[in-house]
Amino acid sequence: MTEASFALTLALLLLAPLAIAGMALINTGLGRSRSAAQALLGNLAIAAIAAIVFAFVGASLSGVAGGPGFALYTGGKLWGWIGNGPFLLGGFGAAADHAQLATIFEFWSVAMAALIPWGSGADRFRLAGGCAVAVVLAAFVFPLFSFWTWSGGWLAELAANFGLGTGFLDPGGAAAVHVLGGLSALAVVWIAGPRRGKFPKEGLSTAMPGHNAVYVLFGCFVALVGWLAWNAAGAILWLQAPLASLPVTAVNTILAACAALTATFAVTRFRFGKPDASLCANGWLAGLVASSGCAAVVTPGKAIFAGLVAGIVTPLMVELLELALSIDDPSGAITVHAAAGLWGIFAAGLFSATSGQLVAQLVGAAALLGVVLPVVYLLFALINRFIAFRVDPDGERLGMDLHELGGGAYPEFVIHRDESYR
Amino acid sequence: MKYAGLLVMPAGFFLTVAALVLFPAPGPRAAFVVCGLAVEAMGLAVAVRGHMHRRGEERP
Repeated sequence: MTEASFALTLALLLLAPLAIAGMALINTGLGRSRSAAQALLGNLAIAAIAAIVFAFVGASLSGVAGGPGFALYTGGKLWGWIGNGPFLLGGFGAAADHAQLATIFEFWSVAMAALIPWGSGADRFRLAGGCAVAVVLAAFVFPLFSFWTWSGGWLAELAANFGLGTGFLDPGGAAAVHVLGGLSALAVVWIAGPRRGKFPKEGLSTAMPGHNAVYVLFGCFVALVGWLAWNAAGAILWLQAPLASLPVTAVNTILAACAALTATFAVTRFRFGKPDASLCANGWLAGLVASSGCAAVVTPGKAIFAGLVAGIVTPLMVELLELALSIDDPSGAITVHAAAGLWGIFAAGLFSATSGQLVAQLVGAAALLGVVLPVVYLLFALINRFIAFRVDPDGERLGMDLHELGGGAYPEFVIHRDESYR
Repeated sequence: MKYAGLLVMPAGFFLTVAALVLFPAPGPRAAFVVCGLAVEAMGLAVAVRGHMHRRGEERP
Protein backbone atom coordinates (compact mmCIF):
# COMPACT_ATOMS: atom_id res chain seq x y z
CA MET A 1 0.00 0.00 0.00
CA THR A 2 1.42 3.38 -0.98
CA GLU A 3 1.65 6.25 1.49
CA ALA A 4 -1.04 8.16 -0.42
CA SER A 5 -3.40 5.17 -0.29
CA PHE A 6 -2.72 4.70 3.41
CA ALA A 7 -3.34 8.35 4.24
CA LEU A 8 -6.50 8.55 2.15
CA THR A 9 -7.93 5.32 3.55
CA LEU A 10 -7.22 6.43 7.11
CA ALA A 11 -8.93 9.76 6.44
CA LEU A 12 -11.94 7.95 4.96
CA LEU A 13 -12.10 5.61 7.93
CA LEU A 14 -12.16 8.61 10.27
CA LEU A 15 -15.22 9.91 8.39
CA ALA A 16 -17.03 6.57 8.24
CA PRO A 17 -18.52 6.81 11.79
CA LEU A 18 -20.83 9.50 10.40
CA ALA A 19 -22.81 6.61 8.90
CA ILE A 20 -23.24 5.25 12.42
CA ALA A 21 -24.21 8.71 13.71
CA GLY A 22 -26.81 9.01 10.95
CA MET A 23 -28.18 5.58 11.78
CA ALA A 24 -28.40 6.53 15.46
CA LEU A 25 -30.40 9.65 14.62
CA ILE A 26 -32.70 7.66 12.35
CA ASN A 27 -33.24 4.94 14.96
CA THR A 28 -34.06 7.57 17.57
CA GLY A 29 -36.40 9.59 15.37
CA LEU A 30 -38.36 6.53 14.28
CA GLY A 31 -39.10 5.54 17.89
CA ARG A 32 -41.50 7.27 20.27
CA SER A 33 -40.67 10.43 22.24
CA ARG A 34 -40.90 8.67 25.61
CA SER A 35 -38.07 6.32 24.54
CA ALA A 36 -35.83 8.83 22.73
CA ALA A 37 -33.06 9.21 25.33
CA GLN A 38 -32.89 5.46 25.90
CA ALA A 39 -32.72 4.89 22.15
CA LEU A 40 -29.83 7.31 21.59
CA LEU A 41 -27.95 6.20 24.70
CA GLY A 42 -28.47 2.62 23.55
CA ASN A 43 -26.92 3.40 20.18
CA LEU A 44 -23.87 4.85 21.90
CA ALA A 45 -23.59 2.06 24.49
CA ILE A 46 -24.01 -0.71 21.92
CA ALA A 47 -21.36 0.79 19.64
CA ALA A 48 -19.00 1.09 22.62
CA ILE A 49 -19.57 -2.46 23.86
CA ALA A 50 -19.33 -3.91 20.36
CA ALA A 51 -15.97 -2.16 19.86
CA ILE A 52 -14.57 -3.37 23.19
CA VAL A 53 -15.71 -6.97 22.71
CA PHE A 54 -14.40 -6.95 19.16
CA ALA A 55 -11.02 -5.73 20.41
CA PHE A 56 -10.93 -8.45 23.09
CA VAL A 57 -12.14 -11.44 21.08
CA GLY A 58 -13.64 -10.60 17.70
CA ALA A 59 -10.55 -9.19 16.03
CA SER A 60 -8.72 -12.42 16.80
CA LEU A 61 -11.42 -14.59 15.21
CA SER A 62 -11.87 -12.17 12.34
CA GLY A 63 -8.22 -12.53 11.41
CA VAL A 64 -6.40 -10.81 8.57
CA ALA A 65 -5.90 -11.85 4.97
CA GLY A 66 -2.92 -14.21 4.83
CA GLY A 67 -2.85 -14.53 8.62
CA PRO A 68 -3.28 -17.64 10.75
CA GLY A 69 -6.65 -19.36 10.85
CA PHE A 70 -8.47 -22.66 11.12
CA ALA A 71 -9.47 -24.51 7.96
CA LEU A 72 -11.32 -27.70 7.10
CA TYR A 73 -10.07 -29.96 4.32
CA THR A 74 -13.12 -31.20 2.42
CA GLY A 75 -13.70 -32.17 -1.20
CA GLY A 76 -10.01 -31.70 -1.97
CA LYS A 77 -10.13 -28.01 -0.95
CA LEU A 78 -9.21 -25.99 2.11
CA TRP A 79 -12.20 -24.17 3.62
CA GLY A 80 -10.97 -21.42 5.91
CA TRP A 81 -13.68 -20.95 8.51
CA ILE A 82 -12.30 -18.78 11.32
CA GLY A 83 -9.23 -16.70 12.09
CA ASN A 84 -6.72 -17.27 14.84
CA GLY A 85 -5.04 -13.95 15.52
CA PRO A 86 -3.71 -12.66 18.85
CA PHE A 87 -6.29 -11.66 21.46
CA LEU A 88 -6.78 -8.07 22.61
CA LEU A 89 -5.24 -6.72 19.39
CA GLY A 90 -1.80 -8.06 20.30
CA GLY A 91 0.82 -6.82 17.86
CA PHE A 92 -1.59 -4.32 16.29
CA GLY A 93 0.97 -1.51 16.33
CA ALA A 94 3.50 -3.57 14.42
CA ALA A 95 1.02 -5.03 11.93
CA ALA A 96 1.13 -4.24 8.23
CA ASP A 97 -0.58 -1.04 7.01
CA HIS A 98 -3.41 -2.93 5.34
CA ALA A 99 -4.09 -5.06 8.42
CA GLN A 100 -4.26 -1.97 10.65
CA LEU A 101 -6.70 -0.18 8.37
CA ALA A 102 -8.77 -3.35 7.91
CA THR A 103 -9.14 -3.63 11.67
CA ILE A 104 -10.40 -0.05 11.92
CA PHE A 105 -12.88 -0.79 9.12
CA GLU A 106 -14.08 -3.83 11.04
CA PHE A 107 -14.48 -1.77 14.23
CA TRP A 108 -17.00 0.50 12.52
CA SER A 109 -18.59 -2.46 10.78
CA VAL A 110 -19.26 -4.37 13.96
CA ALA A 111 -20.65 -1.25 15.64
CA MET A 112 -23.00 -0.66 12.71
CA ALA A 113 -24.11 -4.30 12.60
CA ALA A 114 -24.90 -4.26 16.32
CA LEU A 115 -26.92 -1.04 16.04
CA ILE A 116 -29.29 -2.40 13.42
CA PRO A 117 -31.28 -4.73 15.73
CA TRP A 118 -31.49 -1.96 18.33
CA GLY A 119 -33.59 0.17 15.97
CA SER A 120 -35.97 -2.72 15.30
CA GLY A 121 -36.51 -3.34 18.98
CA ALA A 122 -37.32 0.32 19.70
CA ASP A 123 -39.79 1.11 22.51
CA ARG A 124 -39.60 -2.32 24.18
CA PHE A 125 -36.01 -3.60 23.92
CA ARG A 126 -34.10 -3.26 27.21
CA LEU A 127 -30.61 -1.74 27.26
CA ALA A 128 -29.23 -4.91 28.83
CA GLY A 129 -30.71 -6.98 26.02
CA GLY A 130 -29.28 -4.65 23.37
CA CYS A 131 -25.83 -4.84 24.95
CA ALA A 132 -26.05 -8.65 25.13
CA VAL A 133 -26.90 -8.77 21.43
CA ALA A 134 -23.90 -6.52 20.74
CA VAL A 135 -21.63 -8.89 22.68
CA VAL A 136 -22.81 -11.93 20.69
CA LEU A 137 -22.47 -10.19 17.35
CA ALA A 138 -19.06 -8.64 18.12
CA ALA A 139 -17.54 -11.72 19.76
CA PHE A 140 -18.62 -14.42 17.37
CA VAL A 141 -21.13 -13.86 14.56
CA PHE A 142 -19.60 -10.83 12.85
CA PRO A 143 -16.00 -12.11 13.10
CA LEU A 144 -17.09 -15.42 11.59
CA PHE A 145 -18.65 -13.84 8.51
CA SER A 146 -16.01 -11.14 8.30
CA PHE A 147 -13.31 -13.83 8.14
CA TRP A 148 -15.19 -15.73 5.45
CA THR A 149 -15.55 -12.59 3.34
CA TRP A 150 -12.63 -10.28 3.98
CA SER A 151 -9.81 -12.29 5.54
CA GLY A 152 -9.27 -15.15 3.13
CA GLY A 153 -12.06 -17.44 4.34
CA TRP A 154 -13.91 -19.90 2.14
CA LEU A 155 -16.18 -17.26 0.55
CA ALA A 156 -13.19 -15.13 -0.44
CA GLU A 157 -11.52 -18.24 -1.86
CA LEU A 158 -14.43 -19.24 -4.11
CA ALA A 159 -12.43 -17.95 -7.08
CA ALA A 160 -9.28 -19.92 -6.28
CA ASN A 161 -11.08 -23.11 -5.24
CA PHE A 162 -14.01 -23.25 -7.64
CA GLY A 163 -13.31 -20.64 -10.34
CA LEU A 164 -16.29 -18.50 -9.32
CA GLY A 165 -15.56 -14.96 -10.51
CA THR A 166 -13.26 -13.11 -8.14
CA GLY A 167 -14.76 -14.80 -5.08
CA PHE A 168 -17.60 -13.41 -2.98
CA LEU A 169 -17.60 -9.60 -3.29
CA ASP A 170 -18.69 -7.40 -0.40
CA PRO A 171 -16.62 -4.24 -0.62
CA GLY A 172 -18.88 -1.94 1.43
CA GLY A 173 -20.17 -4.47 3.96
CA ALA A 174 -23.63 -5.05 2.47
CA ALA A 175 -23.45 -8.69 3.58
CA ALA A 176 -21.12 -8.70 6.60
CA VAL A 177 -22.69 -5.58 8.11
CA HIS A 178 -26.17 -4.92 6.77
CA VAL A 179 -27.62 -8.33 5.97
CA LEU A 180 -26.09 -9.73 9.15
CA GLY A 181 -27.54 -6.83 11.16
CA GLY A 182 -30.90 -7.04 9.39
CA LEU A 183 -31.26 -10.76 10.04
CA SER A 184 -30.28 -10.16 13.67
CA ALA A 185 -33.03 -7.52 13.76
CA LEU A 186 -35.53 -10.10 12.53
CA ALA A 187 -34.45 -12.49 15.27
CA VAL A 188 -34.77 -9.75 17.91
CA VAL A 189 -38.22 -8.73 16.70
CA TRP A 190 -39.40 -12.34 16.74
CA ILE A 191 -38.06 -12.92 20.25
CA ALA A 192 -39.08 -9.59 21.81
CA GLY A 193 -42.49 -9.48 20.12
CA PRO A 194 -44.40 -6.42 18.92
CA ARG A 195 -45.02 -3.23 20.90
CA ARG A 196 -48.12 -3.24 23.12
CA GLY A 197 -51.16 -2.36 21.10
CA LYS A 198 -49.41 -2.66 17.75
CA PHE A 199 -51.50 -5.60 16.62
CA PRO A 200 -54.85 -5.36 18.41
CA LYS A 201 -57.16 -8.36 18.43
CA GLU A 202 -59.59 -6.57 16.17
CA GLY A 203 -58.82 -4.54 13.04
CA LEU A 204 -55.61 -3.54 11.33
CA SER A 205 -52.30 -2.86 13.03
CA THR A 206 -52.01 0.42 14.91
CA ALA A 207 -49.93 3.15 13.27
CA MET A 208 -47.15 4.24 15.63
CA PRO A 209 -45.29 6.93 13.67
CA GLY A 210 -41.78 7.99 14.60
CA HIS A 211 -41.68 10.96 16.96
CA ASN A 212 -39.24 13.20 15.07
CA ALA A 213 -39.10 13.26 11.27
CA VAL A 214 -36.41 15.97 11.46
CA TYR A 215 -33.99 13.62 13.22
CA VAL A 216 -34.78 10.92 10.67
CA LEU A 217 -34.28 13.07 7.57
CA PHE A 218 -31.22 14.87 8.93
CA GLY A 219 -29.83 11.46 9.83
CA CYS A 220 -30.13 10.52 6.15
CA PHE A 221 -27.82 13.39 5.16
CA VAL A 222 -25.32 12.55 7.89
CA ALA A 223 -25.38 8.89 6.88
CA LEU A 224 -24.63 9.78 3.25
CA VAL A 225 -21.31 11.38 4.21
CA GLY A 226 -20.33 8.34 6.23
CA TRP A 227 -21.45 5.95 3.51
CA LEU A 228 -19.36 7.73 0.88
CA ALA A 229 -16.29 7.27 3.06
CA TRP A 230 -17.27 3.71 3.96
CA ASN A 231 -17.72 2.51 0.38
CA ALA A 232 -14.55 4.22 -0.82
CA ALA A 233 -12.49 2.78 2.05
CA GLY A 234 -13.97 -0.67 1.42
CA ALA A 235 -13.08 -0.49 -2.26
CA ILE A 236 -9.45 0.29 -1.40
CA LEU A 237 -9.18 -2.33 1.32
CA TRP A 238 -11.09 -5.29 -0.11
CA LEU A 239 -10.81 -4.77 -3.88
CA GLN A 240 -7.40 -3.05 -3.97
CA ALA A 241 -9.12 -0.44 -6.13
CA PRO A 242 -6.84 2.26 -7.57
CA LEU A 243 -7.37 5.78 -6.25
CA ALA A 244 -8.52 6.88 -9.70
CA SER A 245 -11.57 4.61 -9.43
CA LEU A 246 -12.85 6.14 -6.20
CA PRO A 247 -14.81 9.00 -7.82
CA VAL A 248 -16.94 6.39 -9.64
CA THR A 249 -17.58 4.58 -6.36
CA ALA A 250 -18.62 7.86 -4.74
CA VAL A 251 -20.88 8.84 -7.65
CA ASN A 252 -22.48 5.39 -7.63
CA THR A 253 -23.17 5.67 -3.91
CA ILE A 254 -24.86 9.04 -4.37
CA LEU A 255 -26.83 7.90 -7.42
CA ALA A 256 -28.08 4.70 -5.77
CA ALA A 257 -29.37 6.69 -2.76
CA CYS A 258 -30.95 9.39 -4.95
CA ALA A 259 -32.62 6.84 -7.24
CA ALA A 260 -33.95 4.90 -4.26
CA LEU A 261 -35.35 8.04 -2.63
CA THR A 262 -37.02 9.09 -5.89
CA ALA A 263 -38.56 5.66 -6.32
CA THR A 264 -39.86 5.50 -2.74
CA PHE A 265 -41.19 9.04 -3.04
CA ALA A 266 -43.12 8.05 -6.19
CA VAL A 267 -44.39 4.77 -4.76
CA THR A 268 -45.65 6.32 -1.51
CA ARG A 269 -47.16 9.25 -3.43
CA PHE A 270 -49.01 6.75 -5.60
CA ARG A 271 -50.01 4.44 -2.72
CA PHE A 272 -51.06 7.00 -0.10
CA GLY A 273 -51.73 10.17 -2.09
CA LYS A 274 -48.81 11.97 -0.39
CA PRO A 275 -45.15 11.05 -0.01
CA ASP A 276 -44.32 9.46 3.36
CA ALA A 277 -41.32 11.03 5.12
CA SER A 278 -40.24 8.01 7.17
CA LEU A 279 -40.62 5.59 4.26
CA CYS A 280 -38.68 7.98 2.01
CA ALA A 281 -35.90 7.98 4.62
CA ASN A 282 -36.02 4.19 4.60
CA GLY A 283 -35.79 4.25 0.81
CA TRP A 284 -32.76 6.53 0.93
CA LEU A 285 -31.05 4.19 3.40
CA ALA A 286 -32.00 1.14 1.31
CA GLY A 287 -30.28 2.76 -1.68
CA LEU A 288 -27.17 3.37 0.42
CA VAL A 289 -27.21 -0.22 1.68
CA ALA A 290 -27.58 -1.57 -1.86
CA SER A 291 -24.67 0.64 -2.90
CA SER A 292 -22.53 -1.00 -0.22
CA GLY A 293 -22.77 -4.20 -2.20
CA CYS A 294 -22.26 -2.92 -5.70
CA ALA A 295 -21.08 0.74 -5.87
CA ALA A 296 -17.43 -0.21 -6.27
CA VAL A 297 -18.00 -2.68 -9.12
CA VAL A 298 -20.75 -1.25 -11.35
CA THR A 299 -21.26 1.67 -13.71
CA PRO A 300 -23.35 4.72 -12.75
CA GLY A 301 -26.31 3.55 -14.85
CA LYS A 302 -26.39 0.22 -13.08
CA ALA A 303 -26.06 1.94 -9.70
CA ILE A 304 -29.19 3.95 -10.54
CA PHE A 305 -31.00 0.74 -11.44
CA ALA A 306 -29.90 -0.89 -8.19
CA GLY A 307 -31.16 2.14 -6.26
CA LEU A 308 -34.48 2.22 -8.13
CA VAL A 309 -35.20 -1.42 -7.32
CA ALA A 310 -34.28 -0.90 -3.65
CA GLY A 311 -36.48 2.20 -3.51
CA ILE A 312 -39.50 0.49 -5.09
CA VAL A 313 -39.27 -2.65 -2.95
CA THR A 314 -38.68 -0.88 0.38
CA PRO A 315 -42.12 0.70 1.02
CA LEU A 316 -43.93 -2.36 -0.31
CA MET A 317 -41.94 -4.73 1.86
CA VAL A 318 -42.30 -2.56 4.97
CA GLU A 319 -46.06 -2.71 4.44
CA LEU A 320 -45.99 -6.46 3.80
CA LEU A 321 -44.01 -7.20 6.96
CA GLU A 322 -46.30 -5.12 9.13
CA LEU A 323 -49.73 -5.84 7.69
CA ALA A 324 -49.41 -9.38 6.38
CA LEU A 325 -46.70 -10.94 8.54
CA SER A 326 -47.30 -9.17 11.89
CA ILE A 327 -43.66 -8.12 12.20
CA ASP A 328 -43.30 -4.90 14.23
CA ASP A 329 -40.10 -3.27 13.00
CA PRO A 330 -40.20 0.45 13.92
CA SER A 331 -37.00 1.33 12.06
CA GLY A 332 -37.72 -0.82 9.00
CA ALA A 333 -34.30 -2.41 9.47
CA ILE A 334 -35.29 -5.84 8.20
CA THR A 335 -36.27 -4.35 4.86
CA VAL A 336 -33.66 -1.61 4.69
CA HIS A 337 -30.66 -3.64 5.80
CA ALA A 338 -31.42 -7.33 5.18
CA ALA A 339 -33.45 -7.12 1.97
CA ALA A 340 -31.61 -4.19 0.38
CA GLY A 341 -28.26 -5.71 1.39
CA LEU A 342 -29.17 -9.00 -0.26
CA TRP A 343 -30.21 -7.09 -3.36
CA GLY A 344 -26.91 -5.17 -3.33
CA ILE A 345 -24.74 -8.29 -3.27
CA PHE A 346 -26.97 -9.92 -5.89
CA ALA A 347 -26.66 -6.82 -8.11
CA ALA A 348 -22.87 -6.96 -7.82
CA GLY A 349 -22.99 -10.44 -9.37
CA LEU A 350 -25.78 -9.68 -11.83
CA PHE A 351 -23.92 -6.75 -13.38
CA SER A 352 -20.50 -8.37 -13.31
CA ALA A 353 -18.85 -9.37 -16.58
CA THR A 354 -16.78 -12.02 -14.78
CA SER A 355 -17.89 -15.60 -15.30
CA GLY A 356 -19.27 -17.25 -12.16
CA GLN A 357 -19.52 -14.02 -10.14
CA LEU A 358 -23.30 -14.26 -9.80
CA VAL A 359 -23.01 -17.81 -8.42
CA ALA A 360 -20.37 -16.62 -5.94
CA GLN A 361 -22.76 -13.89 -4.76
CA LEU A 362 -25.60 -16.40 -4.43
CA VAL A 363 -23.39 -18.69 -2.33
CA GLY A 364 -22.66 -15.72 -0.04
CA ALA A 365 -26.39 -15.00 0.26
CA ALA A 366 -27.01 -18.68 1.05
CA ALA A 367 -24.41 -18.52 3.83
CA LEU A 368 -26.15 -15.50 5.34
CA LEU A 369 -29.63 -17.02 5.28
CA GLY A 370 -28.64 -20.59 6.06
CA VAL A 371 -26.08 -19.97 8.79
CA VAL A 372 -26.37 -16.47 10.21
CA LEU A 373 -30.14 -16.29 10.78
CA PRO A 374 -30.49 -19.68 12.55
CA VAL A 375 -27.35 -19.09 14.61
CA VAL A 376 -28.32 -15.60 15.79
CA TYR A 377 -31.89 -16.69 16.49
CA LEU A 378 -30.78 -19.61 18.66
CA LEU A 379 -28.12 -17.54 20.47
CA PHE A 380 -30.54 -14.67 21.10
CA ALA A 381 -33.28 -17.06 22.30
CA LEU A 382 -30.78 -18.56 24.73
CA ILE A 383 -29.67 -15.15 26.01
CA ASN A 384 -33.27 -14.06 26.35
CA ARG A 385 -33.74 -16.74 29.01
CA PHE A 386 -31.14 -15.05 31.23
CA ILE A 387 -31.34 -11.40 30.16
CA ALA A 388 -34.90 -10.59 29.10
CA PHE A 389 -34.96 -8.59 25.88
CA ARG A 390 -38.38 -7.16 26.48
CA VAL A 391 -39.26 -4.63 29.15
CA ASP A 392 -42.19 -5.46 31.46
CA PRO A 393 -45.64 -4.09 30.51
CA ASP A 394 -45.56 -1.28 33.07
CA GLY A 395 -42.17 -0.14 31.82
CA GLU A 396 -43.39 -0.11 28.25
CA ARG A 397 -46.44 1.92 29.19
CA LEU A 398 -44.33 4.36 31.19
CA GLY A 399 -41.78 4.72 28.41
CA MET A 400 -38.25 3.38 28.17
CA ASP A 401 -36.74 6.73 29.21
CA LEU A 402 -38.43 6.90 32.59
CA HIS A 403 -38.27 3.17 33.18
CA GLU A 404 -34.62 2.60 32.30
CA LEU A 405 -33.03 6.03 32.75
CA GLY A 406 -35.29 7.74 35.28
CA GLY A 407 -35.76 10.81 33.10
CA GLY A 408 -37.20 11.69 29.71
CA ALA A 409 -35.51 13.17 26.65
CA TYR A 410 -38.07 15.99 26.45
CA PRO A 411 -39.16 16.83 30.00
CA GLU A 412 -41.28 19.78 28.85
CA PHE A 413 -43.33 17.78 26.34
CA VAL A 414 -46.96 16.86 26.95
CA ILE A 415 -47.23 13.08 27.36
CA HIS A 416 -48.93 11.39 24.42
CA ARG A 417 -51.97 9.12 24.64
CA ASP A 418 -50.95 5.52 25.00
CA GLU A 419 -51.88 3.46 21.95
CA SER A 420 -51.98 0.30 24.06
CA TYR A 421 -55.22 1.52 25.72
CA ARG A 422 -57.02 1.26 22.38
CA MET B 1 -42.90 -24.92 13.52
CA LYS B 2 -40.55 -21.95 13.83
CA TYR B 3 -37.70 -24.26 14.87
CA ALA B 4 -38.47 -26.61 11.98
CA GLY B 5 -38.14 -23.67 9.59
CA LEU B 6 -34.87 -22.60 11.18
CA LEU B 7 -33.52 -26.15 10.82
CA VAL B 8 -34.48 -26.31 7.15
CA MET B 9 -32.44 -23.18 6.40
CA PRO B 10 -29.01 -24.73 7.19
CA ALA B 11 -30.09 -27.74 5.09
CA GLY B 12 -30.43 -25.37 2.12
CA PHE B 13 -27.01 -23.95 2.90
CA PHE B 14 -25.41 -27.41 2.91
CA LEU B 15 -27.09 -28.13 -0.42
CA THR B 16 -25.43 -25.01 -1.80
CA VAL B 17 -22.03 -26.02 -0.46
CA ALA B 18 -22.48 -29.56 -1.78
CA ALA B 19 -23.23 -28.13 -5.22
CA LEU B 20 -19.81 -26.44 -5.24
CA VAL B 21 -18.01 -29.70 -4.53
CA LEU B 22 -20.13 -32.13 -6.52
CA PHE B 23 -20.80 -30.21 -9.73
CA PRO B 24 -17.76 -28.83 -11.56
CA ALA B 25 -19.83 -27.82 -14.60
CA PRO B 26 -21.23 -24.27 -14.32
CA GLY B 27 -24.83 -25.09 -15.33
CA PRO B 28 -25.71 -27.84 -12.82
CA ARG B 29 -23.71 -26.04 -10.14
CA ALA B 30 -25.68 -22.83 -10.58
CA ALA B 31 -28.95 -24.78 -10.66
CA PHE B 32 -28.18 -26.55 -7.39
CA VAL B 33 -27.04 -23.34 -5.73
CA VAL B 34 -30.40 -21.81 -6.67
CA CYS B 35 -32.13 -24.94 -5.32
CA GLY B 36 -30.28 -24.49 -2.03
CA LEU B 37 -31.50 -20.91 -1.84
CA ALA B 38 -35.04 -22.07 -2.61
CA VAL B 39 -34.87 -24.53 0.29
CA GLU B 40 -33.67 -21.71 2.54
CA ALA B 41 -36.55 -19.53 1.36
CA MET B 42 -38.98 -22.33 2.23
CA GLY B 43 -37.43 -22.65 5.68
CA LEU B 44 -37.73 -18.88 6.17
CA ALA B 45 -41.37 -18.98 5.10
CA VAL B 46 -42.08 -21.74 7.63
CA ALA B 47 -40.29 -19.80 10.39
CA VAL B 48 -42.25 -16.63 9.56
CA ARG B 49 -45.47 -18.62 9.55
CA GLY B 50 -44.59 -20.14 12.92
CA HIS B 51 -44.09 -16.73 14.46
CA MET B 52 -47.31 -15.42 12.95
CA HIS B 53 -49.26 -18.20 14.70
CA ARG B 54 -47.63 -17.31 17.95
CA ARG B 55 -48.51 -13.64 17.57
CA GLY B 56 -52.09 -14.52 16.80
CA GLU B 57 -52.37 -16.42 20.06
CA GLU B 58 -50.52 -14.00 22.29
CA ARG B 59 -51.25 -10.52 21.05
CA PRO B 60 -50.27 -8.06 23.76
